[in-house]
Amino acid sequence: MTALLELSGVDASYGATQVLRGIELSVGDGAMVALLGANGAGKTTTLRAICNMAVRTRGTIRFAGERIDGLATERIVARGIGHIPEGRGTFLSLSVEDNLRLGAYLRRDRGVAGDVDRVCGYFPILRERMHQQAGTLSGGEQQMLAIARALMARPRLLLLDEPSFGLAPVLVQDIFRILRVINREEHTSMLVVEQNVRHALELVGHVVLLETGRVATSGPPQQIAADEAVRRAYLGA
Amino acid sequence: MQAFLHQLLSGLANGSMYASIALALVMIFKATHQVNFAQGELAMFSTYIAATLIDAGVPYWAAFVLTLGFSFVVGIAIERVIMRRIQDAPPLTAVAVLIGLLITCNGLAGRLFGPETKAFPSPFTLDFLPSTTYLSPHEIGMIGVTLVVLLVVFVFFRYTRLGLAMRAVAENPQSSRLVGIRVGRMLALGWGLASALGAVAGMMGAHVLYLEPNMMSGVILYGFAAALLGGIDNPWGAPIGGFILGVLENLAGAYLVGSHLKLALALAVIVAVLIFRPSGLFGRTVVVRV
Repeated sequence: MTALLELSGVDASYGATQVLRGIELSVGDGAMVALLGANGAGKTTTLRAICNMAVRTRGTIRFAGERIDGLATERIVARGIGHIPEGRGTFLSLSVEDNLRLGAYLRRDRGVAGDVDRVCGYFPILRERMHQQAGTLSGGEQQMLAIARALMARPRLLLLDEPSFGLAPVLVQDIFRILRVINREEHTSMLVVEQNVRHALELVGHVVLLETGRVATSGPPQQIAADEAVRRAYLGA
Repeated sequence: MQAFLHQLLSGLANGSMYASIALALVMIFKATHQVNFAQGELAMFSTYIAATLIDAGVPYWAAFVLTLGFSFVVGIAIERVIMRRIQDAPPLTAVAVLIGLLITCNGLAGRLFGPETKAFPSPFTLDFLPSTTYLSPHEIGMIGVTLVVLLVVFVFFRYTRLGLAMRAVAENPQSSRLVGIRVGRMLALGWGLASALGAVAGMMGAHVLYLEPNMMSGVILYGFAAALLGGIDNPWGAPIGGFILGVLENLAGAYLVGSHLKLALALAVIVAVLIFRPSGLFGRTVVVRV
Protein backbone atom coordinates (compact mmCIF):
# COMPACT_ATOMS: atom_id res chain seq x y z
CA MET A 1 0.00 0.00 0.00
CA THR A 2 1.39 3.40 -0.96
CA ALA A 3 1.53 6.02 1.74
CA LEU A 4 -0.94 8.87 1.45
CA LEU A 5 0.67 10.81 4.28
CA GLU A 6 4.30 10.50 5.22
CA LEU A 7 6.17 12.29 7.98
CA SER A 8 9.90 11.88 8.16
CA GLY A 9 12.21 13.45 10.69
CA VAL A 10 9.60 15.91 11.84
CA ASP A 11 10.48 18.21 14.73
CA ALA A 12 8.01 20.68 16.09
CA SER A 13 8.20 23.40 18.69
CA TYR A 14 6.14 26.07 20.37
CA GLY A 15 8.52 29.00 20.72
CA ALA A 16 11.62 27.64 22.42
CA THR A 17 9.90 24.48 23.66
CA GLN A 18 10.54 21.54 21.39
CA VAL A 19 7.68 19.06 21.53
CA LEU A 20 8.31 16.61 18.69
CA ARG A 21 11.65 15.02 17.82
CA GLY A 22 12.23 13.13 14.60
CA ILE A 23 8.72 11.78 14.10
CA GLU A 24 8.41 9.04 11.46
CA LEU A 25 4.87 8.18 10.59
CA SER A 26 2.88 7.14 7.57
CA VAL A 27 -0.79 6.64 6.78
CA GLY A 28 -1.56 4.35 3.86
CA ASP A 29 -4.18 5.25 1.27
CA GLY A 30 -7.49 4.13 2.77
CA ALA A 31 -5.91 3.18 6.09
CA MET A 32 -6.98 4.02 9.64
CA VAL A 33 -4.14 4.81 11.98
CA ALA A 34 -4.32 5.63 15.68
CA LEU A 35 -1.88 7.99 17.33
CA LEU A 36 -1.69 7.07 21.00
CA GLY A 37 0.32 8.18 23.97
CA ALA A 38 0.15 9.81 27.36
CA ASN A 39 -0.83 13.42 27.94
CA GLY A 40 1.85 15.71 26.59
CA ALA A 41 3.38 13.04 24.37
CA GLY A 42 2.83 15.24 21.32
CA LYS A 43 -0.26 13.73 19.70
CA THR A 44 -2.13 16.97 19.13
CA THR A 45 1.09 18.67 18.11
CA THR A 46 1.66 16.02 15.46
CA LEU A 47 -1.72 16.80 13.90
CA ARG A 48 -0.98 20.51 14.10
CA ALA A 49 2.40 20.01 12.49
CA ILE A 50 0.76 18.23 9.56
CA CYS A 51 -1.52 21.25 9.00
CA ASN A 52 1.18 23.79 9.86
CA MET A 53 -1.02 25.22 12.55
CA ALA A 54 0.19 27.14 15.61
CA VAL A 55 3.48 25.27 15.72
CA ARG A 56 6.89 25.63 14.11
CA THR A 57 7.89 22.55 12.18
CA ARG A 58 11.03 21.10 10.60
CA GLY A 59 11.40 17.93 8.56
CA THR A 60 9.57 16.50 5.58
CA ILE A 61 5.84 15.97 5.31
CA ARG A 62 4.46 14.48 2.12
CA PHE A 63 0.84 14.17 1.15
CA ALA A 64 -0.11 12.18 -1.95
CA GLY A 65 3.55 12.23 -2.93
CA GLU A 66 4.04 15.99 -2.70
CA ARG A 67 5.72 17.98 0.03
CA ILE A 68 3.29 20.03 2.05
CA ASP A 69 5.56 21.15 4.89
CA GLY A 70 5.87 24.91 4.97
CA LEU A 71 2.61 25.51 3.10
CA ALA A 72 -0.02 27.69 4.73
CA THR A 73 -2.75 25.82 6.61
CA GLU A 74 -5.48 26.76 4.14
CA ARG A 75 -3.38 25.46 1.23
CA ILE A 76 -2.67 22.17 2.99
CA VAL A 77 -6.36 21.74 3.68
CA ALA A 78 -7.10 22.46 0.02
CA ARG A 79 -4.96 19.43 -0.94
CA GLY A 80 -7.51 17.13 0.68
CA ILE A 81 -6.82 16.99 4.41
CA GLY A 82 -9.70 17.48 6.83
CA HIS A 83 -8.62 18.38 10.36
CA ILE A 84 -11.11 18.09 13.22
CA PRO A 85 -9.20 19.97 15.89
CA GLU A 86 -9.06 19.61 19.63
CA GLY A 87 -12.27 21.19 20.94
CA ARG A 88 -14.04 20.43 17.64
CA GLY A 89 -13.62 23.91 16.12
CA THR A 90 -17.36 24.47 15.77
CA PHE A 91 -18.57 27.90 14.62
CA LEU A 92 -20.79 28.22 17.67
CA SER A 93 -22.79 31.31 16.72
CA LEU A 94 -23.54 30.07 13.20
CA SER A 95 -26.26 27.62 12.26
CA VAL A 96 -25.58 23.94 11.70
CA GLU A 97 -26.27 24.53 8.01
CA ASP A 98 -23.74 27.37 7.81
CA ASN A 99 -21.17 25.17 9.55
CA LEU A 100 -21.68 22.52 6.87
CA ARG A 101 -21.56 25.10 4.07
CA LEU A 102 -18.28 26.37 5.49
CA GLY A 103 -16.94 22.83 5.37
CA ALA A 104 -17.47 22.95 1.60
CA TYR A 105 -15.97 26.44 1.34
CA LEU A 106 -13.29 25.46 -1.14
CA ARG A 107 -15.61 23.57 -3.43
CA ARG A 108 -17.06 25.28 -6.47
CA ASP A 109 -18.97 22.31 -7.84
CA ARG A 110 -22.72 21.86 -7.69
CA GLY A 111 -22.54 18.76 -5.50
CA VAL A 112 -22.51 20.65 -2.21
CA ALA A 113 -26.26 20.48 -1.57
CA GLY A 114 -26.19 16.76 -2.28
CA ASP A 115 -23.30 16.38 0.14
CA VAL A 116 -25.32 17.95 2.94
CA ASP A 117 -27.68 15.03 2.41
CA ARG A 118 -24.78 12.62 2.21
CA VAL A 119 -23.23 13.65 5.54
CA CYS A 120 -26.65 13.84 7.20
CA GLY A 121 -27.05 10.23 6.12
CA TYR A 122 -24.24 9.39 8.57
CA PHE A 123 -25.59 11.72 11.26
CA PRO A 124 -29.38 12.01 10.86
CA ILE A 125 -29.71 14.17 13.99
CA LEU A 126 -28.01 17.01 12.13
CA ARG A 127 -30.91 17.17 9.71
CA GLU A 128 -33.24 17.96 12.61
CA ARG A 129 -30.82 20.55 13.97
CA MET A 130 -30.10 22.13 10.57
CA HIS A 131 -31.28 25.66 11.39
CA GLN A 132 -30.25 25.67 15.03
CA GLN A 133 -27.32 27.68 16.33
CA ALA A 134 -24.43 25.20 16.56
CA GLY A 135 -23.65 26.33 20.11
CA THR A 136 -26.95 24.86 21.29
CA LEU A 137 -25.98 21.34 20.21
CA SER A 138 -24.95 18.75 22.79
CA GLY A 139 -21.34 17.63 22.95
CA GLY A 140 -22.04 14.49 20.94
CA GLU A 141 -23.97 16.40 18.30
CA GLN A 142 -21.15 18.91 18.04
CA GLN A 143 -18.67 16.11 17.49
CA MET A 144 -20.89 14.73 14.75
CA LEU A 145 -21.14 18.20 13.24
CA ALA A 146 -17.36 18.56 13.32
CA ILE A 147 -16.91 15.28 11.44
CA ALA A 148 -19.70 16.17 9.03
CA ARG A 149 -18.16 19.60 8.43
CA ALA A 150 -14.83 18.01 7.57
CA LEU A 151 -16.53 15.49 5.25
CA MET A 152 -18.19 18.31 3.32
CA ALA A 153 -14.81 19.06 1.74
CA ARG A 154 -14.57 15.47 0.47
CA PRO A 155 -11.11 15.01 2.04
CA ARG A 156 -8.85 12.09 1.25
CA LEU A 157 -7.48 12.13 4.79
CA LEU A 158 -9.17 12.99 8.07
CA LEU A 159 -7.17 14.04 11.09
CA LEU A 160 -9.28 13.54 14.21
CA ASP A 161 -8.16 14.95 17.54
CA GLU A 162 -9.86 12.94 20.27
CA PRO A 163 -13.27 12.36 18.75
CA SER A 164 -14.33 10.62 21.98
CA PHE A 165 -13.50 13.57 24.23
CA GLY A 166 -16.21 14.28 26.78
CA LEU A 167 -18.71 11.86 25.28
CA ALA A 168 -20.73 9.08 26.91
CA PRO A 169 -19.36 5.59 26.14
CA VAL A 170 -22.42 4.64 24.07
CA LEU A 171 -21.93 7.71 21.92
CA VAL A 172 -18.24 6.95 21.49
CA GLN A 173 -19.09 3.52 20.11
CA ASP A 174 -21.59 5.09 17.76
CA ILE A 175 -19.16 7.62 16.42
CA PHE A 176 -16.38 5.08 16.00
CA ARG A 177 -18.76 2.76 14.15
CA ILE A 178 -19.69 5.59 11.78
CA LEU A 179 -16.03 6.47 11.24
CA ARG A 180 -15.45 2.87 10.13
CA VAL A 181 -18.38 3.12 7.71
CA ILE A 182 -17.04 6.37 6.27
CA ASN A 183 -13.61 4.81 5.88
CA ARG A 184 -15.07 1.82 4.06
CA GLU A 185 -17.61 3.60 1.85
CA GLU A 186 -15.67 6.71 0.93
CA HIS A 187 -12.16 5.31 1.10
CA THR A 188 -11.27 8.18 3.47
CA SER A 189 -8.00 7.58 5.28
CA MET A 190 -7.88 8.58 8.95
CA LEU A 191 -5.31 9.48 11.53
CA VAL A 192 -6.99 9.43 14.93
CA VAL A 193 -5.55 10.82 18.16
CA GLU A 194 -7.13 9.09 21.12
CA GLN A 195 -6.97 8.89 24.88
CA ASN A 196 -9.52 6.12 24.79
CA VAL A 197 -7.00 3.40 23.97
CA ARG A 198 -9.33 0.40 24.02
CA HIS A 199 -11.74 1.95 21.55
CA ALA A 200 -8.92 3.13 19.36
CA LEU A 201 -7.35 -0.33 19.19
CA GLU A 202 -10.66 -1.73 17.93
CA LEU A 203 -11.03 0.98 15.35
CA VAL A 204 -7.77 1.04 13.46
CA GLY A 205 -5.46 -1.18 11.46
CA HIS A 206 -2.25 0.42 12.63
CA VAL A 207 -1.06 2.11 15.82
CA VAL A 208 1.68 4.62 16.44
CA LEU A 209 2.64 5.14 20.05
CA LEU A 210 4.23 8.43 21.05
CA GLU A 211 6.34 8.97 24.14
CA THR A 212 7.61 12.44 25.04
CA GLY A 213 7.69 13.62 21.47
CA ARG A 214 9.18 10.51 19.88
CA VAL A 215 7.69 7.46 18.26
CA ALA A 216 8.09 4.76 20.93
CA THR A 217 6.71 1.88 18.92
CA SER A 218 4.28 1.17 16.13
CA GLY A 219 2.52 -1.79 14.62
CA PRO A 220 -0.83 -3.54 14.25
CA PRO A 221 -3.16 -3.11 17.26
CA GLN A 222 -2.89 -6.78 18.37
CA GLN A 223 0.86 -6.48 18.64
CA ILE A 224 0.66 -3.18 20.53
CA ALA A 225 -1.98 -4.57 22.86
CA ALA A 226 0.16 -7.60 23.52
CA ASP A 227 3.27 -5.63 24.36
CA GLU A 228 3.81 -5.98 28.09
CA ALA A 229 5.37 -2.55 28.60
CA VAL A 230 2.64 -0.86 26.59
CA ARG A 231 -0.07 -2.65 28.52
CA ARG A 232 1.37 -1.49 31.80
CA ALA A 233 1.84 2.10 30.68
CA TYR A 234 -1.28 2.77 28.67
CA LEU A 235 -3.85 0.09 29.14
CA GLY A 236 -3.77 -0.10 32.90
CA ALA A 237 -3.46 -3.88 32.83
CA MET B 1 -46.27 68.95 17.54
CA GLN B 2 -44.85 69.86 14.15
CA ALA B 3 -41.61 70.95 15.74
CA PHE B 4 -41.45 67.70 17.67
CA LEU B 5 -41.99 65.60 14.53
CA HIS B 6 -39.37 67.63 12.72
CA GLN B 7 -36.83 67.03 15.50
CA LEU B 8 -37.67 63.33 15.55
CA LEU B 9 -37.37 62.79 11.81
CA SER B 10 -34.29 64.86 11.28
CA GLY B 11 -32.84 62.86 14.18
CA LEU B 12 -33.19 59.82 11.95
CA ALA B 13 -31.17 61.65 9.29
CA ASN B 14 -28.33 62.33 11.71
CA GLY B 15 -28.78 58.81 13.03
CA SER B 16 -28.10 57.40 9.57
CA MET B 17 -24.53 58.70 9.82
CA TYR B 18 -24.10 57.18 13.26
CA ALA B 19 -25.60 53.95 11.96
CA SER B 20 -23.04 53.59 9.15
CA ILE B 21 -20.11 54.51 11.39
CA ALA B 22 -21.34 52.20 14.15
CA LEU B 23 -21.66 49.28 11.75
CA ALA B 24 -18.18 49.97 10.38
CA LEU B 25 -16.79 49.93 13.93
CA VAL B 26 -18.58 46.69 14.73
CA MET B 27 -17.36 44.99 11.54
CA ILE B 28 -13.74 45.60 12.47
CA PHE B 29 -14.30 44.89 16.15
CA LYS B 30 -15.96 41.53 15.48
CA ALA B 31 -13.14 40.39 13.24
CA THR B 32 -10.13 41.71 15.15
CA HIS B 33 -11.34 42.92 18.57
CA GLN B 34 -9.89 46.29 17.76
CA VAL B 35 -11.79 49.55 18.01
CA ASN B 36 -10.96 51.61 14.95
CA PHE B 37 -10.53 55.07 16.44
CA ALA B 38 -9.57 56.37 13.00
CA GLN B 39 -12.90 55.36 11.43
CA GLY B 40 -14.26 58.90 11.43
CA GLU B 41 -11.09 60.55 10.13
CA LEU B 42 -10.84 57.99 7.32
CA ALA B 43 -14.42 58.89 6.38
CA MET B 44 -13.54 62.59 6.47
CA PHE B 45 -10.51 62.00 4.25
CA SER B 46 -12.61 60.01 1.78
CA THR B 47 -15.13 62.86 1.67
CA TYR B 48 -12.32 65.24 0.69
CA ILE B 49 -11.49 62.89 -2.18
CA ALA B 50 -15.14 63.02 -3.26
CA ALA B 51 -15.11 66.83 -3.03
CA THR B 52 -11.94 66.99 -5.12
CA LEU B 53 -13.50 64.77 -7.79
CA ILE B 54 -16.70 66.82 -7.84
CA ASP B 55 -14.68 70.05 -8.08
CA ALA B 56 -12.88 68.54 -11.05
CA GLY B 57 -16.21 68.11 -12.81
CA VAL B 58 -17.00 64.46 -12.07
CA PRO B 59 -20.79 63.97 -11.66
CA TYR B 60 -21.89 63.45 -8.04
CA TRP B 61 -22.82 59.78 -8.18
CA ALA B 62 -19.75 58.87 -10.22
CA ALA B 63 -17.62 60.62 -7.60
CA PHE B 64 -19.60 58.78 -4.91
CA VAL B 65 -18.80 55.38 -6.41
CA LEU B 66 -15.17 56.27 -7.12
CA THR B 67 -14.78 57.42 -3.52
CA LEU B 68 -16.23 54.16 -2.24
CA GLY B 69 -13.65 52.34 -4.34
CA PHE B 70 -10.87 54.58 -3.07
CA SER B 71 -11.92 54.07 0.56
CA PHE B 72 -12.18 50.33 0.06
CA VAL B 73 -8.62 50.18 -1.28
CA VAL B 74 -7.30 52.43 1.51
CA GLY B 75 -8.98 50.22 4.12
CA ILE B 76 -7.39 47.12 2.63
CA ALA B 77 -4.02 48.82 2.45
CA ILE B 78 -4.18 49.86 6.11
CA GLU B 79 -4.91 46.27 7.15
CA ARG B 80 -2.25 44.74 4.92
CA VAL B 81 0.50 47.28 5.62
CA ILE B 82 -0.10 48.35 9.21
CA MET B 83 -2.58 46.24 11.16
CA ARG B 84 -1.19 42.90 9.99
CA ARG B 85 2.19 43.73 11.47
CA ILE B 86 0.77 44.32 14.93
CA GLN B 87 -1.85 41.59 15.04
CA ASP B 88 0.02 39.62 17.68
CA ALA B 89 1.06 42.67 19.68
CA PRO B 90 -0.63 43.60 22.98
CA PRO B 91 -4.05 45.31 22.56
CA LEU B 92 -2.67 48.70 23.59
CA THR B 93 -0.37 48.68 20.58
CA ALA B 94 -3.38 48.67 18.26
CA VAL B 95 -4.98 51.47 20.26
CA ALA B 96 -1.85 53.58 19.91
CA VAL B 97 -1.48 52.80 16.21
CA LEU B 98 -5.12 53.61 15.45
CA ILE B 99 -5.01 56.88 17.37
CA GLY B 100 -1.84 57.66 15.43
CA LEU B 101 -3.73 56.94 12.23
CA LEU B 102 -6.51 59.27 13.38
CA ILE B 103 -4.05 62.10 13.94
CA THR B 104 -2.24 61.38 10.67
CA CYS B 105 -5.44 61.47 8.62
CA ASN B 106 -6.53 64.67 10.31
CA GLY B 107 -3.19 66.37 9.76
CA LEU B 108 -2.86 65.11 6.21
CA ALA B 109 -6.32 66.39 5.30
CA GLY B 110 -5.48 69.83 6.71
CA ARG B 111 -2.18 69.88 4.84
CA LEU B 112 -3.55 68.65 1.50
CA PHE B 113 -6.96 70.30 1.39
CA GLY B 114 -6.60 73.29 3.72
CA PRO B 115 -8.16 73.86 7.11
CA GLU B 116 -11.04 76.07 5.97
CA THR B 117 -14.62 74.85 6.00
CA LYS B 118 -16.10 73.98 2.61
CA ALA B 119 -19.60 73.37 1.39
CA PHE B 120 -20.34 69.90 0.06
CA PRO B 121 -23.10 69.42 -2.51
CA SER B 122 -26.21 67.32 -2.06
CA PRO B 123 -27.31 65.07 -4.93
CA PHE B 124 -30.92 65.25 -3.75
CA THR B 125 -32.60 68.18 -5.45
CA LEU B 126 -36.07 69.49 -4.81
CA ASP B 127 -37.62 68.09 -7.95
CA PHE B 128 -36.12 64.67 -7.29
CA LEU B 129 -37.67 64.20 -3.87
CA PRO B 130 -40.82 65.56 -2.26
CA SER B 131 -40.23 68.46 0.08
CA THR B 132 -41.94 68.28 3.45
CA THR B 133 -42.01 70.56 6.42
CA TYR B 134 -40.43 67.83 8.45
CA LEU B 135 -37.46 66.78 6.38
CA SER B 136 -35.32 68.41 3.73
CA PRO B 137 -34.79 66.46 0.50
CA HIS B 138 -31.21 65.85 1.57
CA GLU B 139 -32.29 64.37 4.88
CA ILE B 140 -34.74 62.05 3.13
CA GLY B 141 -31.98 61.13 0.68
CA MET B 142 -29.38 60.37 3.33
CA ILE B 143 -31.78 58.15 5.24
CA GLY B 144 -32.66 56.37 1.99
CA VAL B 145 -29.07 55.86 0.87
CA THR B 146 -28.09 54.58 4.31
CA LEU B 147 -30.96 52.10 4.39
CA VAL B 148 -30.01 50.81 0.94
CA VAL B 149 -26.37 50.45 1.97
CA LEU B 150 -27.34 48.65 5.18
CA LEU B 151 -29.55 46.31 3.16
CA VAL B 152 -26.70 45.54 0.75
CA VAL B 153 -24.37 44.83 3.67
CA PHE B 154 -26.99 42.59 5.27
CA VAL B 155 -27.57 40.61 2.06
CA PHE B 156 -23.82 40.30 1.53
CA PHE B 157 -23.17 38.85 4.98
CA ARG B 158 -26.28 36.72 5.11
CA TYR B 159 -26.47 35.23 1.64
CA THR B 160 -23.05 35.17 0.00
CA ARG B 161 -20.23 32.67 0.33
CA LEU B 162 -17.76 35.48 1.00
CA GLY B 163 -20.03 36.99 3.65
CA LEU B 164 -20.31 33.62 5.37
CA ALA B 165 -16.52 33.25 5.28
CA MET B 166 -16.12 36.67 6.91
CA ARG B 167 -18.55 35.73 9.66
CA ALA B 168 -16.64 32.50 10.16
CA VAL B 169 -13.33 34.34 10.50
CA ALA B 170 -14.84 36.73 13.05
CA GLU B 171 -16.02 33.78 15.09
CA ASN B 172 -13.13 31.36 14.85
CA PRO B 173 -10.02 32.16 12.73
CA GLN B 174 -8.33 28.83 13.48
CA SER B 175 -11.31 26.77 12.30
CA SER B 176 -11.69 29.07 9.32
CA ARG B 177 -8.17 28.19 8.16
CA LEU B 178 -9.05 24.53 8.55
CA VAL B 179 -11.92 24.84 6.07
CA GLY B 180 -9.59 26.61 3.66
CA ILE B 181 -10.50 30.27 4.23
CA ARG B 182 -7.64 32.74 3.71
CA VAL B 183 -8.09 34.53 7.00
CA GLY B 184 -5.77 37.44 6.24
CA ARG B 185 -7.68 38.27 3.08
CA MET B 186 -10.98 38.28 4.93
CA LEU B 187 -9.61 40.66 7.57
CA ALA B 188 -8.38 42.98 4.82
CA LEU B 189 -11.74 42.75 3.08
CA GLY B 190 -13.46 43.64 6.36
CA TRP B 191 -11.28 46.73 6.70
CA GLY B 192 -12.04 47.69 3.11
CA LEU B 193 -15.79 47.35 3.61
CA ALA B 194 -15.73 49.23 6.91
CA SER B 195 -13.74 52.03 5.34
CA ALA B 196 -16.18 52.29 2.41
CA LEU B 197 -19.11 52.25 4.83
CA GLY B 198 -17.55 55.14 6.73
CA ALA B 199 -17.14 57.03 3.46
CA VAL B 200 -20.90 56.75 2.88
CA ALA B 201 -21.49 58.43 6.25
CA GLY B 202 -18.93 61.11 5.42
CA MET B 203 -20.32 61.95 1.99
CA MET B 204 -23.92 61.96 3.20
CA GLY B 205 -23.09 63.96 6.31
CA ALA B 206 -20.80 66.56 4.74
CA HIS B 207 -23.69 68.50 3.22
CA VAL B 208 -25.11 69.04 6.71
CA LEU B 209 -21.89 69.21 8.72
CA TYR B 210 -19.77 71.07 6.13
CA LEU B 211 -16.44 69.69 5.07
CA GLU B 212 -13.45 70.38 7.31
CA PRO B 213 -10.78 68.18 8.90
CA ASN B 214 -12.66 67.90 12.22
CA MET B 215 -15.99 67.21 10.57
CA MET B 216 -16.35 63.70 11.98
CA SER B 217 -15.20 64.27 15.57
CA GLY B 218 -18.76 64.42 16.87
CA VAL B 219 -20.01 61.70 14.54
CA ILE B 220 -17.37 59.19 15.62
CA LEU B 221 -18.27 59.77 19.27
CA TYR B 222 -21.91 59.10 18.48
CA GLY B 223 -20.83 56.15 16.35
CA PHE B 224 -19.05 54.61 19.36
CA ALA B 225 -22.06 55.26 21.55
CA ALA B 226 -24.37 53.73 18.92
CA ALA B 227 -22.17 50.64 18.56
CA LEU B 228 -22.16 50.16 22.32
CA LEU B 229 -25.88 50.84 22.62
CA GLY B 230 -26.74 48.33 19.91
CA GLY B 231 -24.16 45.84 21.14
CA ILE B 232 -20.53 46.10 19.99
CA ASP B 233 -20.74 42.41 19.09
CA ASN B 234 -23.97 42.75 17.15
CA PRO B 235 -23.85 43.95 13.53
CA TRP B 236 -27.64 44.34 13.37
CA GLY B 237 -27.92 46.18 16.67
CA ALA B 238 -25.30 48.82 15.89
CA PRO B 239 -27.20 50.61 13.07
CA ILE B 240 -30.39 50.51 15.12
CA GLY B 241 -28.41 52.05 17.98
CA GLY B 242 -27.30 54.73 15.51
CA PHE B 243 -30.83 55.70 14.54
CA ILE B 244 -31.99 55.67 18.18
CA LEU B 245 -29.11 57.93 19.17
CA GLY B 246 -29.77 60.34 16.32
CA VAL B 247 -33.33 60.81 17.51
CA LEU B 248 -32.29 60.98 21.16
CA GLU B 249 -29.66 63.58 20.36
CA ASN B 250 -32.11 65.81 18.53
CA LEU B 251 -34.90 65.55 21.06
CA ALA B 252 -32.59 66.04 24.03
CA GLY B 253 -30.88 68.93 22.22
CA ALA B 254 -34.21 70.62 21.57
CA TYR B 255 -36.03 69.98 24.80
CA LEU B 256 -33.61 68.84 27.46
CA VAL B 257 -29.96 69.81 27.49
CA GLY B 258 -29.60 72.32 24.68
CA SER B 259 -27.22 72.10 21.76
CA HIS B 260 -24.04 72.67 23.79
CA LEU B 261 -24.37 69.47 25.74
CA LYS B 262 -25.32 67.23 22.81
CA LEU B 263 -21.86 65.63 22.67
CA ALA B 264 -21.85 65.04 26.39
CA LEU B 265 -25.04 63.10 25.82
CA ALA B 266 -23.13 60.61 23.68
CA LEU B 267 -20.68 60.12 26.54
CA ALA B 268 -23.54 59.73 28.99
CA VAL B 269 -24.98 56.98 26.78
CA ILE B 270 -21.59 55.23 26.58
CA VAL B 271 -21.20 55.29 30.36
CA ALA B 272 -24.80 54.24 30.98
CA VAL B 273 -24.57 51.29 28.59
CA LEU B 274 -21.27 50.13 30.05
CA ILE B 275 -22.68 50.26 33.57
CA PHE B 276 -26.18 48.91 33.10
CA ARG B 277 -26.08 46.76 29.99
CA PRO B 278 -22.53 46.05 28.80
CA SER B 279 -23.69 43.77 25.98
CA GLY B 280 -25.92 46.54 24.57
CA LEU B 281 -29.64 46.61 23.89
CA PHE B 282 -29.43 43.87 21.29
CA GLY B 283 -26.28 42.13 22.46
CA ARG B 284 -26.66 38.43 21.93
CA THR B 285 -25.06 35.99 24.24
CA VAL B 286 -24.06 32.85 22.45
CA VAL B 287 -25.53 29.80 24.09
CA VAL B 288 -22.91 27.16 24.58
CA ARG B 289 -23.36 23.63 25.78
CA VAL B 290 -20.42 21.46 26.54
